[in-house]
Amino acid sequence: MLGTYEYFVSQLINGVSLGAIYGLIAIGYTMVYGIIGMINFAHGEVFMIGSFISLITFLVLGTLGITWVPLALLIMLIMTMVFTSIYGWALERVAYRPLRGSPRLAALITAIGMSIFLQNYVQLLQSARPKPMQPLIRGGFEILHSMTPDGKDYIVSLSYLQCIIIVLTLILMIVFTTIINKTRLGRAQRACEQDGKMAALIGVNVDRTISLTFVMGSALASVAGLIFLVNYGVIDFYIGFLAGVKAFTAAVLGGIGSLPGAMLGGLLIGLIETFWSGYFTVEYKDVATFGILVLVLIFRPTGLLGKPDIEKV
Amino acid sequence: MTDMTMDAPEPLDFGAMLKEAGITAGVMLLLAFFMVGFKTLDVTGGIAIEYQFGSVVMVGFLGFVGRIGLILLRENRPFPVLVITAPFAILAILLLLSTIISALFGSAPSTTLRTVFDFFSPFPALPVTVMIYLVVSIIAIRSLIAFLHSRQHEAATASRLARADQLGATVKNLSRFLGPLLLVLAVIFPFTDMATRQYLDIGILVLTYVMLGWGLNIVVGLAGLLDLGYVAFYAVGAYSYALLAAYFGVSFWICLPFAGIMAAFAGVMLGFPVLRLRGDYLAIVTLGFGEMVRVILLNWYEFTGGPDGLSGIPRPSFFGLPFKRYPAEGTESFHTFFDLDYSSSHRVIFLYFLILALAMLTNLFTSRIRKLPIGRAWEALREDEIASRSLGINPRNTKLTAFGIGAMFAGFAGSFFATRQGFISPESFTFIESAVILAIVVLGGFGSQLGVVIAAIILIGLPEAFRDLQNYRMLAFGMSMVLIMIWRPAGLLAFREPTIRLFAKKAHQAGDGK
Repeated sequence: MLGTYEYFVSQLINGVSLGAIYGLIAIGYTMVYGIIGMINFAHGEVFMIGSFISLITFLVLGTLGITWVPLALLIMLIMTMVFTSIYGWALERVAYRPLRGSPRLAALITAIGMSIFLQNYVQLLQSARPKPMQPLIRGGFEILHSMTPDGKDYIVSLSYLQCIIIVLTLILMIVFTTIINKTRLGRAQRACEQDGKMAALIGVNVDRTISLTFVMGSALASVAGLIFLVNYGVIDFYIGFLAGVKAFTAAVLGGIGSLPGAMLGGLLIGLIETFWSGYFTVEYKDVATFGILVLVLIFRPTGLLGKPDIEKV
Repeated sequence: MTDMTMDAPEPLDFGAMLKEAGITAGVMLLLAFFMVGFKTLDVTGGIAIEYQFGSVVMVGFLGFVGRIGLILLRENRPFPVLVITAPFAILAILLLLSTIISALFGSAPSTTLRTVFDFFSPFPALPVTVMIYLVVSIIAIRSLIAFLHSRQHEAATASRLARADQLGATVKNLSRFLGPLLLVLAVIFPFTDMATRQYLDIGILVLTYVMLGWGLNIVVGLAGLLDLGYVAFYAVGAYSYALLAAYFGVSFWICLPFAGIMAAFAGVMLGFPVLRLRGDYLAIVTLGFGEMVRVILLNWYEFTGGPDGLSGIPRPSFFGLPFKRYPAEGTESFHTFFDLDYSSSHRVIFLYFLILALAMLTNLFTSRIRKLPIGRAWEALREDEIASRSLGINPRNTKLTAFGIGAMFAGFAGSFFATRQGFISPESFTFIESAVILAIVVLGGFGSQLGVVIAAIILIGLPEAFRDLQNYRMLAFGMSMVLIMIWRPAGLLAFREPTIRLFAKKAHQAGDGK
């Protein structure tokens, strides 16, 4: 039997790195929802595309002979952020902009259609087989060391990879929060979120702001895709759906429209999922996630950090 | 510039046009660079990569040309676009037709067409070719429409919507005749020569989705509750029948109402805690519920058979007369009772009529309940929850009935599905099914019964007929969902009008003769 404390710590570490992935995707959902009030259902596919672009970049780097891991990772990061953003931008431009101002369900159906389209697009071009990748970064810090009763070593370690994930996520969060709170773009974004028409009247370029929102959301989702790839080592065209749904759940859990809420929600969903798999049954982890979502929504219908909105008659 | 006789279009600004097309080409190049330019290959012990830059360049080039075509359309010059795109579109359509014909009659596809096609599509990646042909065909159709209407100008969105509304209204007026006409067609269809086994199966499938669409229409169209997990109730109905039949040997006709009740019960159980949530929260919770049901079905191995599903589900009987060639001793089967020659198509035709009857039941129920107080309360809640609450409508109970009744029809459809397939597994109840059903309701135009039928034929019937195109089917499915929504944001036959009005229109008053 493993030491309960050690087991707990190792689950905690896994949960946090999973939570980072969900949180990064959830931000895209929450921002888009905040600014144009639609569920961008295809956002999960953007994450999946980010993951594929990372993998392809890695393979190309391999053929070019660049194998020094930090450099390879950096190039993968930049490539996937740039190219996935273009997908996000094109998605908004082609599918969502013509529908602005039409019924909300129309936008939702378009998003679902786009999600189906992108899934099949990747499946047709890159085949349906799962794509494996050998681990990039090995080793880690030993943070706990204990003996199990039958005399074996039980080591809880924080792998270098997990350190990178956590540090990367933190850096992105800080950069991102600064953009939203300090820059002109962030101000425009918050203005559009509060009142798009008024923002347009005082000279904010609403179309451009919305496009940039999609670009930023996609860039963050692509980082999540890269993390998913290096952390789990296997991807396929279908990963976007479940990750997307979970991330959206995270955004709702944290209170949709709230950025810290999205991150918190992602972290919570990651932890719930990992702990449930660790202590109970792996099979029912999705049931647990959605169950907790339902519970939270019943007692706090606007999510954990969401502002209650007042319905006006 | 104030000349309003627009017959002579304004001169083209070539610089702006080239710039716009150049940007499009650039974006297309960047989009294609990774996904098209490199193809991952599965090799032993890992993956390798293959370069396809030729395709990327072609994609960029076609993006450029295509954008110029769209600009010309926008600038009211459809003729050159039509001339250039039409040959490609015709080629694509011919090839599609020859594929279908060869699939139907089992002959080899035309090789000459294939050669011509190959000559005009010099891309190594077939998916790219198919996508490009799809886009070119769409541009060709648009330019044809524009050419035919070349005297009219591009209408503003508002007037376009008004026209769509008008169309919806016209169809609604016509639907008094159109509905029965379609029903008669549906009834005589199995007896015509067209009704091969394949087409009957497609007919059954389309009708199943029509029924599901009408059921979901109660929840989404009438009560205005966004339900993304409708397939869960479909699954509950299917598994109720399968399990009851497997464990207790109960017949289909007894199970049918029971499956409906079970599904309605599941709907109420889910609805009770979550129905006070607003739109999108409700959507995500119902989506979660759908996934939960699927996960439970997948993992409760002892009870539901897990991923292997349940097989050997009894087929329905004709009110007690089984469709068997050799009935058991002392009993009669359908063909001996009616003194017919045995034919395996009897059962298929029976299933067809069964689902037709179930679907018509749903339709009748919906159109009647709309006129009852409960139906009016649904519509009132959809329009304004606060106002209806102040008038004494209990929102939770009213929503619960809508949810429960919608779920009940899904349960009926589910038990029909189980008995038709004879085998069910969680695979059949994924989120994509919910999305398809919702898409049928939304594309049809909320609340439009006829719209649901048309959308079901487009979304289910056509892809089913093109089954040979396999993966491209879903690609085109997603694309058509997007295009239809952009073209008609309120749905194909959108016409939303309250079922009753406080003050009847003048026309009606005149009809009353004062």
